[in-house]
Amino acid sequence: MSDTISFVLFSGTDDKLQAAAVMTAGAAALGKRVNIFLQYWALDAFRRDRIDADHGLSPEAGPAGRAAVDALRAAGQASWKETLGQAKELGDVDIQACSLSMDLLHLEESDLDPIVDGVEGVTAFFLAAEDGEVVFI
Amino acid sequence: MAALEIAKTVDAKGLSCPMPIVKTAQAIKEIPSGALIEVLSTDKGSTRDFAAWARSTGNEIVEQSDEGGVYRFVLRKK
Repeated sequence: MSDTISFVLFSGTDDKLQAAAVMTAGAAALGKRVNIFLQYWALDAFRRDRIDADHGLSPEAGPAGRAAVDALRAAGQASWKETLGQAKELGDVDIQACSLSMDLLHLEESDLDPIVDGVEGVTAFFLAAEDGEVVFI
Repeated sequence: MAALEIAKTVDAKGLSCPMPIVKTAQAIKEIPSGALIEVLSTDKGSTRDFAAWARSTGNEIVEQSDEGGVYRFVLRKK
């Protein structure tokens, strides 16, 4: 079992980001090194001025899904941002913005929430991923 | 047998996955090797999650129970 796992986050809805954050925290708790590469709409969700906003849910969620997600949050579930923050405190979690997506969205590094560690290209991402699994969300 | 001496308790009741494991992994850093940590959780994945986490990290589950949906684990730090 490789001790590195890498997540490519593409979708920017709160449900997928929450799922990714949970996987990240679980992997960090097991002592795995976790690389997160933010592309497209996931990167947009990490903008400093919007990270705490409502980013909606996947289309398949529907009204019942919305109610279920809201109920879990009301019961005290940590947000995906908080969960990622805890994962970073706990273990070795590196969050990088995709440089192409930065261009696409006309973003500078100062536009991103400080939870993002830096900006890199896909080559650096694959080098960091080593021989561990790469999961696309 | 005397009751086990617990160095630290993590009350993770009401927290959803993966927070019981995350909180435990954080708290166990604060106790010395060989000391015991107690965890209370209501997350339904706890039994399998704590078994997997203990196996992977080398910390040993010395007691576990399920009382009315509250899972209790006592782990000995590696």
